[in-house]
Amino acid sequence: MSKAATKPEFALMAEFRSSRELLHAIEQSQAAGYTQLEAYTPYPIEEVWEALGQHKSKLPLIVLIGGIVGAFTGYLLQYWVSVINYPVNVGGRPLHSWVSFIPVTFETTILFAAGAAVLGMFALNRLPMPYHPVFNVPRFALASRDRYFLAIGSWDPKYDRRATEEFLLGLDPFEVNEVAS
Amino acid sequence: MSEPTASTHERSFPPPADLDGLQSKAWIAAGIGIAASLAGWFLDPTQFYRSYLVSWIFWLSVAAGCLAILMLHHLSRGAWGLMIRRVLEAAARTLPFLAILFIPIVLGLEETYVWARPEAAADELIQHKAVYLNRTAFVFRTVVYLGVWSFFAYGLSRLSLRQDRTGDATLFRRMQVISAPGLGIYCLLTTFAAVDWLMSLDPHWYSSLFGVYFLGGQGIAALAFVILVALYLAQREPMAGAFNAGHFHDYGKLLLAFVMLWTYFAISQLLIIWSADLPEEITWYLERAHGGWKWVSILLVLFHFLLPFLLLLSSDLKRNAKALGKVALLLLAMRWFDVFWLAAPSFEHGHLSFHWLDLATLVGLGGIWLALFLGQLKTRSLVPVNDPYLVEALDNE
Repeated sequence: MSKAATKPEFALMAEFRSSRELLHAIEQSQAAGYTQLEAYTPYPIEEVWEALGQHKSKLPLIVLIGGIVGAFTGYLLQYWVSVINYPVNVGGRPLHSWVSFIPVTFETTILFAAGAAVLGMFALNRLPMPYHPVFNVPRFALASRDRYFLAIGSWDPKYDRRATEEFLLGLDPFEVNEVAS
Repeated sequence: MSEPTASTHERSFPPPADLDGLQSKAWIAAGIGIAASLAGWFLDPTQFYRSYLVSWIFWLSVAAGCLAILMLHHLSRGAWGLMIRRVLEAAARTLPFLAILFIPIVLGLEETYVWARPEAAADELIQHKAVYLNRTAFVFRTVVYLGVWSFFAYGLSRLSLRQDRTGDATLFRRMQVISAPGLGIYCLLTTFAAVDWLMSLDPHWYSSLFGVYFLGGQGIAALAFVILVALYLAQREPMAGAFNAGHFHDYGKLLLAFVMLWTYFAISQLLIIWSADLPEEITWYLERAHGGWKWVSILLVLFHFLLPFLLLLSSDLKRNAKALGKVALLLLAMRWFDVFWLAAPSFEHGHLSFHWLDLATLVGLGGIWLALFLGQLKTRSLVPVNDPYLVEALDNE
């Protein structure tokens, strides 16, 4: 671990026993002027999400663009095949039979929108992520069981290794750990 | 996420006094509309009966659709439904009155339905269908449809009212048990009703998707109407503090779902008939693709599907009650155009023409219906105050 000694730490992380304590800690940290907060909980907690002031997700826009691209792809593909590349007379119907193009257009719209939703979610979450510093704290595994974690990033302007640790210890956590980067 | 509580007596939701004024206005509109319609009946009885049929089906769609959404609410137990349950119940309780208003259609049966005319005896195809399409059977079936719907409407309303009085926690389960077969029976009867009232206007034509297409339209009509009533109530006490953006968001999502459902049925029917291209089927679409009717068809594609669909995709719009209300108003207007588009080309088999009686009967019947609806709405608390899930519903974001 000689590297950890030279490289600055990623964050300081406090462990709490209940969501109530975590919410209290978030409020106190914000009151103290910290802005680079991240919370980890075993299940989604709406209040935490609200307290951290999450901005609106970009995902709906990505899905919309995916759907529009899908609609045009499906329609133009059929148009190109049936009218330009390989025109076939089917029962005397016009080559550009828009009515029969609708089911495929609909399907590609759904396909592209759903694909954009999955890929967009991965991209916005920066997944796959083979390494994240928070897992350097052994007890962090409990974040998926029954413990609640609050991390203050070391890039926070108000961050100070010693003062921040004392501040977190003052919030009555189970313990405070340094997160190696 | 809170545990259901037995009673929430802290808040009460009496109907606002403004409803009386609105009801008076509805009666005045009804008076004017009926007077104009009567004048029209003397001048041109044929046109009167035809316009009356379209207007009656339009208002029936709203009332019957509300019954369907009421049963959907009881089955799904969503928080969205509790806030509008009383509106749905009041609209569904107008169904027996709509049965009385069906009488003029029976009186003018020969003017509207080809199969009811004496010359139908010369038409071999209609003769084969005469076992089903005759005056007695037609009236009997209509009585059954409206009777069964009214039975469910009043049965559910009665239990809902008892829940207000006693707070009996088992009643919500009973309403659910009634709604399960109720919704199935409703859908079955509505498809038959659509065949009788609209499809039989052109007795040579048939489409197996016609009933569900009509059903999808009823969902839109009812939800659009409910959104407008909710918007009106949300601007007044006591509901001003009860409705929030989350509720309208839910109604918007449901409206979007019904718009997509209606479109899905519309395109399925068109695709099947267009692909087969059989002379006895395609003529129905050809009539609607030529003359002025082409423009009504385009109007429906653009304003019954495309524009509402794109607008309702936005979650900001759905959370904005006033903006959602505008979309609902547009869709309600389009519902009239859709019923008109289904019925009127079969009357004359010619060019598109609007008649002032279309408007007069719409206003006359609409005035009567709205006044009856408001009369029903006024009689009860605007929210089922003793429902075990009310606290959760009020808290819905």
